Amino acid sequence: MPHRHNLTTLRDMLRRREISSTELTHHFLERIDRHSDLNAFITVDEEGALAAAQQADKHLARDEHAPLTGVPLAHKDIFCTQGLLTSCGSKMLRNFISPYDATVVERLAKAGSVLVGKTNMDEFAMGSSNETSHFGPVHNPWDLQRVPGGSSGGSAAAVASRLVPGATGTDTGGSIRQPAAFCGLTGLKPSYGRVSRYGMIAFASSLDQGGPLALSAEDAALLLQCMAGFDSRDSTSIARDTADIDEGLKINLHGLRLGLPAEFFDESIDNAVLTRVREALGIFERLGATLVDVALPNSAAGIPCYYVIAPAEASSNLSRFDGVRFGHRSDQASDLLTLYENSRAEGFGEEVKRRILIGTYALSAGYYDAYYLKAQKIRRVIAQDFSKAFEQCDIIVGPTAPTTAFSLGEKTQDPVAMYLNDIFTNTVNLAGLPGLSIPAGLDEAGLPVGLQLIGQFMDEGRLLGAAHRFQQATDWHQLVPKGF
Amino acid sequence: MSISEKDVVRVAHLARIRVAPDELGRYQAGLSDILALVAQMQDCDTDGVEPMAHPQDIALRLREDTVTEADQRSSLQQGAPQVENGLYLVPRVIE
Repeated sequence: MPHRHNLTTLRDMLRRREISSTELTHHFLERIDRHSDLNAFITVDEEGALAAAQQADKHLARDEHAPLTGVPLAHKDIFCTQGLLTSCGSKMLRNFISPYDATVVERLAKAGSVLVGKTNMDEFAMGSSNETSHFGPVHNPWDLQRVPGGSSGGSAAAVASRLVPGATGTDTGGSIRQPAAFCGLTGLKPSYGRVSRYGMIAFASSLDQGGPLALSAEDAALLLQCMAGFDSRDSTSIARDTADIDEGLKINLHGLRLGLPAEFFDESIDNAVLTRVREALGIFERLGATLVDVALPNSAAGIPCYYVIAPAEASSNLSRFDGVRFGHRSDQASDLLTLYENSRAEGFGEEVKRRILIGTYALSAGYYDAYYLKAQKIRRVIAQDFSKAFEQCDIIVGPTAPTTAFSLGEKTQDPVAMYLNDIFTNTVNLAGLPGLSIPAGLDEAGLPVGLQLIGQFMDEGRLLGAAHRFQQATDWHQLVPKGF
Repeated sequence: MSISEKDVVRVAHLARIRVAPDELGRYQAGLSDILALVAQMQDCDTDGVEPMAHPQDIALRLREDTVTEADQRSSLQQGAPQVENGLYLVPRVIE
């Protein structure tokens, strides 16, 4: 049962030739096929995966090792893959074959990984439940009647059900961390600029970051090291090596100060979530960390601020889908204006249209100052709150999401209720900080609870190291949903 | 804060998205709900605060003005709905 091992272990087994990449890839492809009811994948590339696995086996036979040689991986369908469908979960791009690879795709391929397929997601990453996908909702492997979270719901469901040992995701307001929490995974949103956005279909460019979804902090660290680094093709890429990540994994929790913002521990949060989070913090304390109270007094303004900035940037980014250069084109168009209007009306789903419309409204003449400019000012206030809190602590901790996974269909008719899922995650994107969600146990219904660790800018190493120590002392991250 | 159906029509035109008459009510309700949420921004005091456009608050880097890419027109146009002689085709604009 090789799928019961985490990615780091599988990598080592491949190196010791206890299993071949071809065997491993076959095994995971067979699992993907058997559990296709989860709807975690939009595209499975059996042929490409087996060819890459064969190639990896040749390298392994000669003891030529890249960091991930022979390890099967999946990409969220937002990352452009040359020659393979990149749909972004949208009807707009249901036939789009990218002419190039995203930097993340290129780097993980160069690291020797084997791409098995592209995972389902909320359309253009706009959603918190994976229910806005043109390709249908994804099911949570812990309870098939529940959502896996979103927008990286396919990646989260695939890793949690052991259809693949690791996957990429993207996080604009919580889209890696919230599905990681709902599916019992370790999911990292890196600091803004750490992972290249080149070839990652843009939603809100000042917030978007790619990152890993994995079974442990150690696995997430290994994946991040392969994904991160300067890229001249991304104008906001930051030149920083990944030495801090290796160093971070060795840290000791003695004297580490964990900051608890009162705003993250209020009565609106599900009781079981609060209990599990407090228990997890108790374990950190026993391992040598100290807990300190901090304040993030303006975090309530995070959601309204985010729901101006993200849609405003989206309305601008998604203007490229015009039915002319790529993507869906309406056949009901007698002139250029109706070609645009009909192609976009037919190609985009309702939530995407709603966000484009709200963003367009916020940027339109007469409203700009009241909405977009006000939101940008709040953004600074929120970033300053974090800076002040970090004067008293090393890592900020709290729940990843206010509840565990909710039922499919429960929030689809109420966009605002859906948005409130991001309440603890989206301020992290506004401030550009790294955020990590790790499993902290189960609620009474047997659903995973996520603990969020928020770090200072470029302090992924310490986040992953703290999580790694916690995971050496606990086994929440090793729980497997029944039937998988 | 709410938005009228007329506003929806105006914004939909700006965004180049056709909204059918029978969809107007639904978008009007959805957008009004979002604007009510967004109105909570007013509770946050931002007097004297400079707007922040980018998480690192830094200027974009510049590079040498040199040619960095080869011609890829044909590969980039492979996904286009309608192309002829390297040109994108659209409905007639000038009679």
